[in-house]
Amino acid sequence: MADVLKKVPVREQEPSVRAKNFEEVCYGYNKEEAMEEASRCINCKNAKCIQGCPVSINIPAFIHEVKEGNFEEAYKVIGKSSALPAVCGRVCPQESQCEGKCIRGIKGEPISIGKLERFVADYALENDIKPEKAESTNGHKVAVIGSGPAGLTCAGDLAKLGYEVTVFEALHELGGVLVYGIPEFRLPKHKIVAKEIDKVKELGVKFETNVVIGKSTTIDQLIEDEGFEAVFIGSGAGLPKFMGIPGENANGVFSANEYLTRNNLMKAFDDSYDTPIVAGTKVAVIGGGNVAMDAARTALRLGADVHIVYRRSEEELPARVEEVHHAKEEGVIFDLLTNPTEILVDDNGYVKGMKCVKMELGEPDASGRRRPVVVEGSEFEMELDTVIMSLGTSPNPLISSTTEGLEVNRWKCIVADEETGKTTKEGVYAGGDAVTGAATVILAMGAGKAGAKGIHEYLSNR
Amino acid sequence: MYKITRAEKLADKIYLMDVVAPRVAKHCEPGQFIIVKLDEKGERIPLTICDYDREAGTITIVFQTIGASTEKMSYLKAGDSFRDFTGPLGCASEFVNEDIEELKGKKMLFVAGGVGAAPVYPQVKWLHEHGIEADVIVGAKTKDMLILEDEMKAVSGNYYPCTDDGSYGHAGMVTSKIEQLVNEEGKKYDVCVAIGPMIMMKFACLTTKKLGIPTIVSMNPIMVDGTGMCGACRLQVGNEIKFACVDGPEFDGHLVDFDQAMKRQQMYKSAEGRAMLKLQEGDTHHGGCGHCGGDE
Repeated sequence: MADVLKKVPVREQEPSVRAKNFEEVCYGYNKEEAMEEASRCINCKNAKCIQGCPVSINIPAFIHEVKEGNFEEAYKVIGKSSALPAVCGRVCPQESQCEGKCIRGIKGEPISIGKLERFVADYALENDIKPEKAESTNGHKVAVIGSGPAGLTCAGDLAKLGYEVTVFEALHELGGVLVYGIPEFRLPKHKIVAKEIDKVKELGVKFETNVVIGKSTTIDQLIEDEGFEAVFIGSGAGLPKFMGIPGENANGVFSANEYLTRNNLMKAFDDSYDTPIVAGTKVAVIGGGNVAMDAARTALRLGADVHIVYRRSEEELPARVEEVHHAKEEGVIFDLLTNPTEILVDDNGYVKGMKCVKMELGEPDASGRRRPVVVEGSEFEMELDTVIMSLGTSPNPLISSTTEGLEVNRWKCIVADEETGKTTKEGVYAGGDAVTGAATVILAMGAGKAGAKGIHEYLSNR
Repeated sequence: MYKITRAEKLADKIYLMDVVAPRVAKHCEPGQFIIVKLDEKGERIPLTICDYDREAGTITIVFQTIGASTEKMSYLKAGDSFRDFTGPLGCASEFVNEDIEELKGKKMLFVAGGVGAAPVYPQVKWLHEHGIEADVIVGAKTKDMLILEDEMKAVSGNYYPCTDDGSYGHAGMVTSKIEQLVNEEGKKYDVCVAIGPMIMMKFACLTTKKLGIPTIVSMNPIMVDGTGMCGACRLQVGNEIKFACVDGPEFDGHLVDFDQAMKRQQMYKSAEGRAMLKLQEGDTHHGGCGHCGGDE
């Protein structure tokens, strides 16, 4: 009998093997493993895990169905709350959400809720179980801007309520950050993302790619000329930040967005695509979030020696614990309490190194994290040919600058009500990174749900 | 899919196509650009809009084959389609939003180098349609490489062709023509718009700076998404970092750091060269030349 205090272990690709390929790292549970893990759940009456979930999935109910072997039923339970379970099972920060609240976790390890969700979602994809569709449309047209997690969730929820939804995507592929940002080895594009989007299509949602709202058309024109009665903005946080240090425009300095977009969306790692990429041989990734881990592990797979350079200590790394663990296993080196001050450039304009200083932690700052301060006389140089800046992103002003009456705050984030997504412009709702600044997939999905609810109330009461 | 309704070869390695893209045609203005992607595995290629027909819903693009992707694009014929075509991207030329009466009081000089005649054309045409005749200098290596001559003549005030080899028009670079017009013919210009290869824009700007003519250039750095997301197209403009895709593509030419921009342009040259060889030589190429990296 397995140890009830411990999670059923999940099978993964060997670190030394996976560090050289783009196949998915984690294999997930099979039926037996899933049912065994599910049997650890004590089915709490007052389930804290549900409170920890931004989209309030009835977690004990779906786990109960898994325990009984009713996987289709389990999928239906999740489907009531989430349009993208195969994605969330893979990329949610469960340790700080559902699993962080799990009673089992007080003495021992929490239930592996993320892996169970993934198992159920993959089972549904493999067995072609369809989501439940609205019986008929209600004739009301809603436009959704952006096909990332916020937009897909909002579109799916509205379609289930009978709305005629069209999603407008600026890029040539659907999925937003799920396709351009998160790498293949964490979230397979054809096998998982495309299929989850197909399920949203099966609900009757229409998609139009290559439409840049604010340029190809505007929100006002969608409402006035194309007959949309409400609009949800889920355009994400697209603009990369740089440090503003000397040498940052040298060849070989990339934003994580560029590096990842070339590799994920444009598939530079696959020789059959025309996309060029300078993989680098000695790479430093600046930053400590999930995107930094993704960029580092991508560079590693393209053959480079990779360092993460982060100005605080390991404890403050904002990335998911699993990503940090995986990156270390694969051979990424962590230079913590280190901050770049200058990028060194050769005569031809290419990166040849980076000047850094050592940091130590001082008093807590406004974010509650201890503020890093420079250690006097600690300057040193690293030899490098590639630097990837992963310092976060801010919302793209393309929409806010072309939509009259849409208020933004001083960070250029769209001002929207948390409960309903309502903005300062009538009929226009917003959610996800466009409102909050860079956050997580699941928080964007939560905002997409709130937006759908807000739009439904608005159109029902008109 | 975005259907091609016309495909013509204008000169050696320079092609023109009309593409059906109603959303773009409805909203575009002179100075803006589009991104085209040939097929599933192709690159996203930014191209400045050469002309547009709002009624027919078409956009005219002109491109020069410089790598594997543009080479493949050149094989397309009328009736074929692009998988993706998006835009209009970037900002419209500044004059589009200026007061027309004020604009009429300005004397404008356009300077086009090579395939740069394509993005210059819609600007000169727009001005012509608003009753403003601008002077236009168009430079090319030889007479055969001069493009859109009839179209440009029809909308410009004075039209000055130049060829490097002297086979047609003014013999010499566009910069010497600018100097000749101002210094010898006594022409006065309030603003110059120079569009072409970066090296040509750099020298055009050095010339106009000397002559005291404010100059706008249209930058064409490497891009990926074209919507502000990747930062590949960043440029040093005066004290600021600007993204060509969302802040431009047009900038004050006297503030642009061309040397840095040209270095950044070289970033993928070797990779492009390899891709080109792979395409041209197919299975027959097995490396060994020591230059292309095919033997790696």
